[in-house]
Amino acid sequence: MRLLSTIATLLGAIATLQAEPARPASARIPDGCYRPLFRSESEARQIPVKAFALAVCPVTNADYLEFVRANPRWQRSQVKRLFADEGYLQHWAGDLDLGPAPDAGQRPVVFVSWFAAKAYSVWVDGRLPNTAEWEYAGAAGFTTADGSKDSEFIRAINEWYSKPSPDRLPAVSRSKPNVYGIHDLHGLVWEWTSDFNSAMVTGDARGDTGIERQLFCGAGSFNATDRANFPAFLRFGFRSSLKAAYTVHNLGFRCAWDL
Amino acid sequence: MYPFHYRSFTAGAVGLLAISTLGFAAEVETVISQTSVPKPPDMGLMAEERAVLSQAPLVPPPIRRNYAAKVTVELEVREVVRQLSDGVEYLFWTFGGDVPGSFIRVREGDQIEFRLHNHPTSKMPHNIDLHAVTGPGGGAASSFTAPGHTSQFSFKALNPGLYVYHCATAPVGMHVANGMYGLILVEPKAGLPSVDREYYVMQSEVYTAGRFGEEGLQAFDQEKALDERPSYIVFNGSVGSLVGDNALKAKVGETVRLYVGNGGPNAVSSFHVIGEIFDKVYQEGGVIPTQQHVQTTLVPPGGSAMVEFKLEVPGTFILVDHALFRAFNKGALGMLKVEGPSNLLVYSGKEVDAVYLGRQAESNAAGERKLASLEAQVKEAIKTDPKIAGLSKELLMEKGKRVFMQTCFACHQSEGQGLPAVFPPLAKSDYLMADKERSIRAVVKGLSGPVVVNGQPFNGVMPPVMLTDEQITHVLTYVRNSWGNSGDVVTIDEVKRVHAESANQ
Repeated sequence: MRLLSTIATLLGAIATLQAEPARPASARIPDGCYRPLFRSESEARQIPVKAFALAVCPVTNADYLEFVRANPRWQRSQVKRLFADEGYLQHWAGDLDLGPAPDAGQRPVVFVSWFAAKAYSVWVDGRLPNTAEWEYAGAAGFTTADGSKDSEFIRAINEWYSKPSPDRLPAVSRSKPNVYGIHDLHGLVWEWTSDFNSAMVTGDARGDTGIERQLFCGAGSFNATDRANFPAFLRFGFRSSLKAAYTVHNLGFRCAWDL
Repeated sequence: MYPFHYRSFTAGAVGLLAISTLGFAAEVETVISQTSVPKPPDMGLMAEERAVLSQAPLVPPPIRRNYAAKVTVELEVREVVRQLSDGVEYLFWTFGGDVPGSFIRVREGDQIEFRLHNHPTSKMPHNIDLHAVTGPGGGAASSFTAPGHTSQFSFKALNPGLYVYHCATAPVGMHVANGMYGLILVEPKAGLPSVDREYYVMQSEVYTAGRFGEEGLQAFDQEKALDERPSYIVFNGSVGSLVGDNALKAKVGETVRLYVGNGGPNAVSSFHVIGEIFDKVYQEGGVIPTQQHVQTTLVPPGGSAMVEFKLEVPGTFILVDHALFRAFNKGALGMLKVEGPSNLLVYSGKEVDAVYLGRQAESNAAGERKLASLEAQVKEAIKTDPKIAGLSKELLMEKGKRVFMQTCFACHQSEGQGLPAVFPPLAKSDYLMADKERSIRAVVKGLSGPVVVNGQPFNGVMPPVMLTDEQITHVLTYVRNSWGNSGDVVTIDEVKRVHAESANQ
């Protein structure tokens, strides 16, 4: 009897081990401030960002495979159309098959919707970073917290926009880490943020036309705090073109955790 | 093939915010019900057709209909690497896979159903602002499209004219500088006067990290764009897009209409055709000819003009932005080749006159010293780098070809054939091959006065060509080993000897 209960305990422990995913490697992003690219008059010039933990690299196909194994409703054939469009995980060979490429597991997962990214984050006891957190971490250069003064860093960012999407994405963690030890914030894939569409709706004081003006032709001049920060414009432009069920060939995500 | 997403931004965005804060199903229902858009009322009564699109320099055929129709336009955005100049590549963002974007031709009064597809491999979201649209944003708000998605909107072509369209996604200037512009012609109800040939020419700037001609895949240079310092100003998206085999063609006696646009994003074009006078100009893309007998017409960024002229004599007519460093140093140069009988009353051909050719600049001691030290450095670098030292003849030829296409071909022509009685041929040239040192001297010091090449007399002027010694060795090696010529490599030392002799004179 005692033996049996020991076995039961052991089995339980194994079951727990299987159900509890390993928390991905993360790094601490210290307290700081983010200057939003777009803001209405009623909004603060700077948004304080509380220290948080951010995954050092985007979620990979291998990571995501574990998730869909444990959560079959997020498998390609099972997912509800409401939560992911028909492109969801289309680069995989099957529900649980990453395809023949030997390094497929190490590449960032893409073709995932915001809903899917959010569900994954919860599964690893985390969340998606919000835009302020992402932009604050993404502004850090290779050697300083303010990458705008780091010409090597700026050049590395701009290069990505001048090259076509590669047929096969490179593996994660190959790029030079920033000062916090975070890889791939630039130059690999776009990344979901928890409030990806907030640039459109926080300006409600000025009504709908104001929202549209911010986004389209006037976006280069209207209420933008840093008109010369083209990469930030491109990221905001990209995020605001999305809906939460969209999946895109070079859009992935990484997780964040409260400290 | 593509799912259509009617974008209702306010509704969609507020709905999504609700989802992100509250959770799932009920709010999603709301979003879906808000995304259907009512159709305009009288569409069922109209004839339907699909617009024929064309890539520059071609123009879709004139519209023969005398009634309005519902016209479907399908335009696909693709981000593609294309050649910007010889050896220079650039990631262009395109409407229709080419730069400039596809030419769209519709008729005044048409009801246009516009579908913008953003290719799944695109990195960026894009939209389109057609200046022919009457409505906020010119369609931009209704066509904002993520990679791998499609947007649709409809508009009525109320105003006839030649209109620019462009991407209006932030940063707008960058999207335009990367190639996202084109022309849409709304023909007036009565049509435009018929002409023999129509062509599509659009000017624009490219801001590359490297200087003009610097090889490799070039990145967009934000600093240069903000300072309005383009590395390239080109017609139809690349240097040489309308040159040589790509030149526009016509025959003597024909009337040509050019649809000229300017994508910008910054520079106003002083559009001119060397050797022609525009019989009619439809200024600013309006449908009434506003001027006759015009030499140069202004085309602003985001604007257009139509020009018409009858061809009286044969020859090659050069299209330029008459802000001339753009034409000869940044790429804004095209060609219209006209065949047919000559008319000596209209144009006699070359009359030779006496020429004064100045000496090369006096040497100055400081400059000489600096040059000598630089040359020593170059020599040292070459000696220590086996890769450079061992440059094969083929590589010299390849490099020489680029120099030739940037500097020499305008006179000697792309196949070295020259122009009869004006520019001597280099192809199978007895004069060139007879004396190597003389050919080097011609490039270094210039050449003027009577010469006989392959039995034909020439009496013209070739000014000294501003090239580095390396470039001279490249181009002469190329010329002396192309088009039926066969010779050895021209070395740096040989070029230097000619320099030394000219310094001693």
